[in-house]
Amino acid sequence: MSNEQHRGYHDLAGLEAGPVDQTEHNPAHWEKQVDAMLTLLSDEKRGLMRVDELRRGIETLGPDAYEKLGYYERWIESIRMIMVERGVVSEDEITARIAALQQAAP
Amino acid sequence: MSDVKFQPGDAVVVAERFPRHHHRVPTYVKGRRGVVERLCGIFGNPETLAHQGDGKPAQPLYRVRFTMDHLWAGREESPDDTIEVEIYEHWLEAAQ
Repeated sequence: MSNEQHRGYHDLAGLEAGPVDQTEHNPAHWEKQVDAMLTLLSDEKRGLMRVDELRRGIETLGPDAYEKLGYYERWIESIRMIMVERGVVSEDEITARIAALQQAAP
Repeated sequence: MSDVKFQPGDAVVVAERFPRHHHRVPTYVKGRRGVVERLCGIFGNPETLAHQGDGKPAQPLYRVRFTMDHLWAGREESPDDTIEVEIYEHWLEAAQ
């Protein structure tokens, strides 16, 4: 099919994927936090991000990252990208905060 | 609601376009023929909302029904089953 050459790496429907893992798993606390973060960033009061931007961000992570990352890992990577793009936080502020938290950790 | 182009039951063809920007039409329905099942509502265009645009003009969103045998050409398990995909109006043309 000639359409195949245009297919984005996120556009998986119809491709061979083997059996689907249908086991239930409880979301980790950080996964709930990521979900809550998007809800808060995209609410009417803040309006700092749209779910369409979340999707666009995930679609620009690149095929390797997309393959490697889990569901909410893709979300947080995309949220980070969009927040920097919109100037809400800078990449420097994020890395500085991560370093500070790592130092504070026991 | 007066400006919608299609009604339930109308036969439509999905545009065969491959833009690089964010869009919500999966490859497997591009160029395929389906039938409008319902109008879902009129919403901001996600293709501009995804890029900090304003989503205007708003686009009618339809649920379009496809048959499995049409989409998968023999690879489907149940040819008579149908699948419905929500597609914005600017991706649809009236089928001949």
